[in-house]
Amino acid sequence: MDHKDRQETCFTNFSTQNQQKWEFPDPLTELLQASKAQDWDPAAMLNNLSFLEQKIHQLQGLVHLIIGRRDRVSGQVQPYELVAQQQQLVTADLTSIIVQLISTAGSLLPYVKHTQGAPSLSLGQFQPQNGGVSGGGGGGSGASELQNSVDVSTNEEHDLKDEEDGEELGENLFPGTYEILQLEKEEILAPHTHFCTICGKGFKRDANLRMHMRGHGDEYKTPAALAKPNKESSSEPALIKRYSCPFAGCKRNKDHRNFRPLKTILCVKNHYRRTHCDKSYTCSRCNTKKFSVMADLKTHEKHCGKDKWLCSCGTTFSRKDKLFGHIALFQGHTPAIPLDDTKGSTGTCDPGNDSEATNKLGSMNMFNFSSSEDVKGSMEDPSGCFSPLNFETCNFGGFHEFPRPPFDDSESSLAFLLSGSCGYTNKSGEQ
Amino acid sequence: MKKQKQNNPFNLVAEEIIFIILDLLNRNSLAIKSFSLVCKSFYAVESKHRCSLKPLRQDRLPALLSRYPNITHLDLTLCSRVSDASLSLVSHSCASSLRSIDFSRTPLFSTYGLLGLALNCKNIVEIDLSNATELKDSALAAVAEAKNLEKLSLARCKSITDMGVGCVAVGCRKLRFICLKWCFGVGDLGIGLLAVKCKHLCFLDLSYLPITNKCLSSISKLQHLEELVLEGCFGIEDDSLAVLKHGCNSLKSLDVSTCQNISHNGLPSLINGALGLRQLTLAHGSPVTSSLADCLRKHSMLQSVKLDGCFVTDDGLKTIGNWCASLRELSLSKCSGVTDEGLSSIVTKHGDLRKLDITCCRKITDASIASITNSCKSLTSLRVESCTLVTREAFVLIGQRCHLLEELDLTDNEVDDKGLKYISRCSELSSLKLGICLNITDEGLIHIGKGCSKLVELDLYRSEEITDSAILAIAQGCPGLEMINIAYCKYITDCSLLSLSKCPQLKTLESRGCSLITSLGLKAVAVGCKELTKLDIKKCHNIDDAGMLPLARFSQNLRQINLSHSSVTDIGLLSLASISCLQNMTILHLKGLTPAGLAAVLLACGGLKKVKLQATFRWLLPLRLVQYLESRGCMFQWKDKVLQEKLDPKCWKLKLEDLMP
Repeated sequence: MDHKDRQETCFTNFSTQNQQKWEFPDPLTELLQASKAQDWDPAAMLNNLSFLEQKIHQLQGLVHLIIGRRDRVSGQVQPYELVAQQQQLVTADLTSIIVQLISTAGSLLPYVKHTQGAPSLSLGQFQPQNGGVSGGGGGGSGASELQNSVDVSTNEEHDLKDEEDGEELGENLFPGTYEILQLEKEEILAPHTHFCTICGKGFKRDANLRMHMRGHGDEYKTPAALAKPNKESSSEPALIKRYSCPFAGCKRNKDHRNFRPLKTILCVKNHYRRTHCDKSYTCSRCNTKKFSVMADLKTHEKHCGKDKWLCSCGTTFSRKDKLFGHIALFQGHTPAIPLDDTKGSTGTCDPGNDSEATNKLGSMNMFNFSSSEDVKGSMEDPSGCFSPLNFETCNFGGFHEFPRPPFDDSESSLAFLLSGSCGYTNKSGEQ
Repeated sequence: MKKQKQNNPFNLVAEEIIFIILDLLNRNSLAIKSFSLVCKSFYAVESKHRCSLKPLRQDRLPALLSRYPNITHLDLTLCSRVSDASLSLVSHSCASSLRSIDFSRTPLFSTYGLLGLALNCKNIVEIDLSNATELKDSALAAVAEAKNLEKLSLARCKSITDMGVGCVAVGCRKLRFICLKWCFGVGDLGIGLLAVKCKHLCFLDLSYLPITNKCLSSISKLQHLEELVLEGCFGIEDDSLAVLKHGCNSLKSLDVSTCQNISHNGLPSLINGALGLRQLTLAHGSPVTSSLADCLRKHSMLQSVKLDGCFVTDDGLKTIGNWCASLRELSLSKCSGVTDEGLSSIVTKHGDLRKLDITCCRKITDASIASITNSCKSLTSLRVESCTLVTREAFVLIGQRCHLLEELDLTDNEVDDKGLKYISRCSELSSLKLGICLNITDEGLIHIGKGCSKLVELDLYRSEEITDSAILAIAQGCPGLEMINIAYCKYITDCSLLSLSKCPQLKTLESRGCSLITSLGLKAVAVGCKELTKLDIKKCHNIDDAGMLPLARFSQNLRQINLSHSSVTDIGLLSLASISCLQNMTILHLKGLTPAGLAAVLLACGGLKKVKLQATFRWLLPLRLVQYLESRGCMFQWKDKVLQEKLDPKCWKLKLEDLMP
């Protein structure tokens, strides 16, 4: 038990180192800046080298420890898990060292380029073990030497390589200023990325996992356990990470000729779903637009149906100024007024006449303006008798007994007027 | 028929000649009416000749349209409502002839009616849709079908937006005149599109629109724009105007009143190119300083400048005096800061002034009047209302020197009989306003009656010393009198009305508060003045139903009547129903009015558009009746005013002066 505890603490130590390994010490970035101005600072380089030395020492200690443990429990068969863990730790540290070394050398690059004659160092020599990069072959010997010297560990190196493989030198970024990671398809599409080590429950966010962990005991409630990890490393700026899409042939895939890396894991996830997955979310409003990312659907739904700026040619615009720009540009195009606007009458509209108005809409749309039908129809209207001229017959106390609600009267009074006038025209015709 | 033709000597006269005669008769509607009543052939000729129609009620439309087949201009402003069916009738009967239609102030038609009109009347050139506050964009889409439209007025169409204006801009490419005043929903985009699509625009009214400089740049590219009204466009500012490289070169008239954000920095960029500018209105804008006035120094064509309500400095006025243009019209009404010195420096340089308005310039004295009358001898219009420091002697100068005056406003001044005696030398005078001139008496007005035979309009509001003999002199001397205001002249009796009944042209009579006049006098006016259209007999307590009966019988042109505080009852009101033109009625505080009687009156007067009533009747009238009347096109104004104490006129005047420092 005692051993186990020690081992664990030891491992945690290394794991924190593991996290730190991607970060550059401050002076290096400064150096990078400085090197652009083509004066190289040897002091900074020295600083870097001593940092590397320290790291190698740490790795040495770790390997010693493993050997010590192996001697002790030599009789027994080692559990497979433990061996794998050990190997992983060692390889991780080794790759870290390699990366450091390369980037340190890379800082020299402009200087090297400047002094072209210097034979000892060339860009090729500092290329990583990457088959995809053509430049790797040029300075082959140096690179392979380097590889051989660090290739002390296991056969499983290539597993790690898959993740590390993304190391590619962007044209505008110096080697080592960023690293490329590539997640697997399953990993990208996994609903959860953080899992509880105790009950196995998955979470999308690290913070949610930490909240969850509180339920598993008081030790997870300490401020240290609840604090956001990586905090302590904030003193040193992180090495810039870039991501590659696992889909072969994609421009975002590291093997593409014009590879353009993705900035964050979220970008990877959204990119992969948008471009390489089925669009499974359909907008419930328009039933035409489909999305593979939920957030895209939600954004669309916010604006769906609001493309209300319509041109007579059928094009819709979400912005009025765009529509007017379109109309100003094209001859014969005209703003299209939405139909619900045409239904309402322009005058003070009578709520009771809605059905009539819509009936008319049909006939008006066919440009049938002959009023004869309308007039006939309304002449039969019984309320036509309620007219201004036969007021004498009305009982002034009994206005509540109008045959029809007065709102309809705009039509009925019209009926009277027309019928009256028809009589008049007939008479004049006889004359 | 043939026999008749042979007997009628007029059959030998060519129709064209009769048309020319009718053209000459056109000024007098009664003459035309009598002409058409002579015989059938005259009736037919008149029917053929008439080309403009202004019906009072839409129910007459079918008969009128079948009688007059050659109508080109149809004015529906007097109809209380116009339905879609009427519109479709119009669009069918005047399909090819109709060129102009006026709907302003007529609600209650819909998009479909308009669409039919636009599609059927191919030759329609002018549509006035002002005050259709409910008009929607779809209606404008219908208007856009009138491809030959040249003139469109949409003032106060508050519900229309850029979309509707865009439709019109695309549809009516020949548009030359458009008024969009108070169309608050129209902005830069609509106006910009209008300027892009309608290249022939020459009149553009954009008053009170929320527009900015964005559309100004496209407006400035209009080659034919002559008149631009930007009144109250608060979004237009100096800074943005500076961007305009060239204003509209063709501009002849510019109105930027109430644009407080335009000063001497921005104005030049609007008008610099427009060397033909004739008219400029800067009312209620930024202060008129010498730098502002300097912007206009080079505009030699400038004829009319309106600076109403601006703060004016002496330097500014002096700079105006140095302009190379010779002004014809200047308005400084309600300007603060106008002094004798400043005004004199203008009028001495601009001796050709025809119209001058110095209303409420309270600092000016006799010296100003002296220099005005001295240099501007050809003035035709002078407004000197409420110039309180001007003494009575100054008005003598006006009469002595400005003989060409046609319009003179001396309201609320110290003018006296001597002044009037000299003013009576202005034989061309047609409009004279002497309201609240407490120094004038019959003597002065008798001079006016003798001298100013062309008087058309006379205002004697609260000129209290006036009696019957003055009115007699006016009525005898000015046979062409059309409007007279004798309100609150307390000595006026029936004799005055009897003399006024000899003025056959009288259209407007205001005798508010003349408590001595009775129904007898009113009867004389009704019989004598057939053209009477406006009558105000508020607070004439002695007028009762006996006065209404002759009115109903003889004044068939009466449109507006105010009967408040008189002794008229239900019966008198009901008799007014026989006046088919009656549209406007104010009947407050009538003691003899009952709810049932009122209901009968309202139903009987079919052409009513506006009725002012006491608020108590709102609850006494059946709700359905009110709704019915409203659907017929009648608007109600419910007044809830308590009877005011009788005010001493002098005390009333003092109050007014307190309000206006």
